[in-house]
Amino acid sequence: MEKIVLPDIPNLNQIEVYLASGGFEPAKKAFAKTPDEIIDEVKKSGLRGRGGAAFSAGLKWSFMPKTTDKPKYLAINGDESEPGSFKDRQIFEDNPFQLIEGAIITCYAIGAKTAYLYIRGEYHKWVKIMEKAVAEAYDRGFLGGKMKETFGTEFSCELYVHKGAGAYICGEESSLMNSIEGLRGYPRIKPPFPAQRGLWGNPTTINNVETITNVPAIIKNGWEWFSSIGAPKHPGTILFGISGHVNKPGVYELPSGILLTELIYDVAGGVTGNKKIKCVIPGGSSMPPLRGDQLEGVRMDAESLKEAGSAIGTGGVMVMDEDTNLLKVLLRIAHFYHHESCGQCTPCREGTGWMEKTLHRIDEGHGTSQDLDLLINVANNIEGNTICALGDAAAWPVKFMIARFRDEFEKYVRKDISIPVLNKVHSMRSTAVPLADLRK
Amino acid sequence: MEFKFTEDNLARIEAARKKYPTALAAVMDTVYIAQEQNGYISNEVMEELANVLGIDKVNVLSVVTFYTMYHTKPMGKYHIQVCTNVSCMLRGAYELWDGVKEKLGLDHMKVSPDSRFSLEEVECMGACGYAPMIAVNEDYYENLNKEKVFEILDSLK
Repeated sequence: MEKIVLPDIPNLNQIEVYLASGGFEPAKKAFAKTPDEIIDEVKKSGLRGRGGAAFSAGLKWSFMPKTTDKPKYLAINGDESEPGSFKDRQIFEDNPFQLIEGAIITCYAIGAKTAYLYIRGEYHKWVKIMEKAVAEAYDRGFLGGKMKETFGTEFSCELYVHKGAGAYICGEESSLMNSIEGLRGYPRIKPPFPAQRGLWGNPTTINNVETITNVPAIIKNGWEWFSSIGAPKHPGTILFGISGHVNKPGVYELPSGILLTELIYDVAGGVTGNKKIKCVIPGGSSMPPLRGDQLEGVRMDAESLKEAGSAIGTGGVMVMDEDTNLLKVLLRIAHFYHHESCGQCTPCREGTGWMEKTLHRIDEGHGTSQDLDLLINVANNIEGNTICALGDAAAWPVKFMIARFRDEFEKYVRKDISIPVLNKVHSMRSTAVPLADLRK
Repeated sequence: MEFKFTEDNLARIEAARKKYPTALAAVMDTVYIAQEQNGYISNEVMEELANVLGIDKVNVLSVVTFYTMYHTKPMGKYHIQVCTNVSCMLRGAYELWDGVKEKLGLDHMKVSPDSRFSLEEVECMGACGYAPMIAVNEDYYENLNKEKVFEILDSLK
């Protein structure tokens, strides 16, 4: 199987090796085309964002205004803070120059003169790696003013690394922009969308690191080649980060649409201690969890997972065996979102705290069945009522974990206490709950 | 206590300043530089930082208090960060966390009396496939168990 983002070439992170393997040829090829042709090519390839929303990359680029006096920007999202997601660091480490080349081609396509690569603050080591790689690219004339000679084109662009400082919310595109501008990482209300008013009020495109790293390969091999890999509606390879109770956790690049069971049992070596699976979160902690008996036949691409009642997210698969205490897991997830809520919107700021406290009460042995309904009610009141998707991300795990594992959660609550509930809340007892419309 | 940036650091701030169209955007890089020099961000540091960049002090304060990696109090020489998020937790992170707490005699965000260690329970560090993990200052240590963590702690002088 051909790998696109992390090819099996030793020392590809050294610029000589990257050049010897055909590096920066796609950029040369791209400069022979018009920006519109590149956008069209990427659009036709079917490349979808790898950061969670799986939105068409080419379509996103086409939203950038063609005629404007304002400077345009590209922001590359390497904040990677979603629990269960650890793929971008592999790209920084193993294939930094393909990411840089992807940034150059994307800048050319959308007409941006400046790109910022946002890397989370905890990744000190990988920030240094990328800063070194960027400096090397400048030295060789692949970035900056010297590009005109290297590529024989009028176009030139700058790439800067921006280091975050520990905030999950900065992975949300609008708070990422605020963070680059030197502000608190507060998400912005949309519209206006970043393509209209982004960084410093100028047109901006934000793409995930993995998305950008795919671009040179599409330009090199053409859209037909790319669109023939993996699932037709979500083509290409995906970096799956598998963690939890599996024998061989790690990052694996595989064609989209691979069976989830194949991923767990064949690629990741099966469940530790040969146990059964109780629960799998297929796309990072904010995606709805699947029951162990829901896994057969589920394929790992955006459409199939949506049908199965979850979402592809960042491709971070967390596997939990039959002995896992899901209450503790959910409490930990709720704690995370409470900690990371930026505090702008009341439903999220307060609701995440309530959910954590209620789960804590159940964990202490004082919970009742009504608490489970209460949790779902609070989650429903957060979902869709906040500026950014962190609200939904906090609500989904609670809502779907309790709905799908109601039998298990009932075991943790006391039956001898019954508190009358004034507003009878809707109880989602069925385990086959259709996923509420997944908003883009 | 008065705070002044070293000449080297002033040059680094100038380089950071050039990355952005506004001075304000360089604030995050500059706070990192200040923290590296001073160990933590005090009021005096924020004042000097605002002067150097020519921005309002409130802008510095708002950033320093938002991001978890900026410290407004002195931390230990070795800042131990233990991830207890889901992937790590599934592979025994709480055992590590309890062990480290007991061994160092510290709790979340506390500093040892000799200022050698400080301890923090952190959210997902992006090492889920190599769990459980701890970080000491800027370095990751992965695929750990209690014994290995104690070895690491013992090696820190």
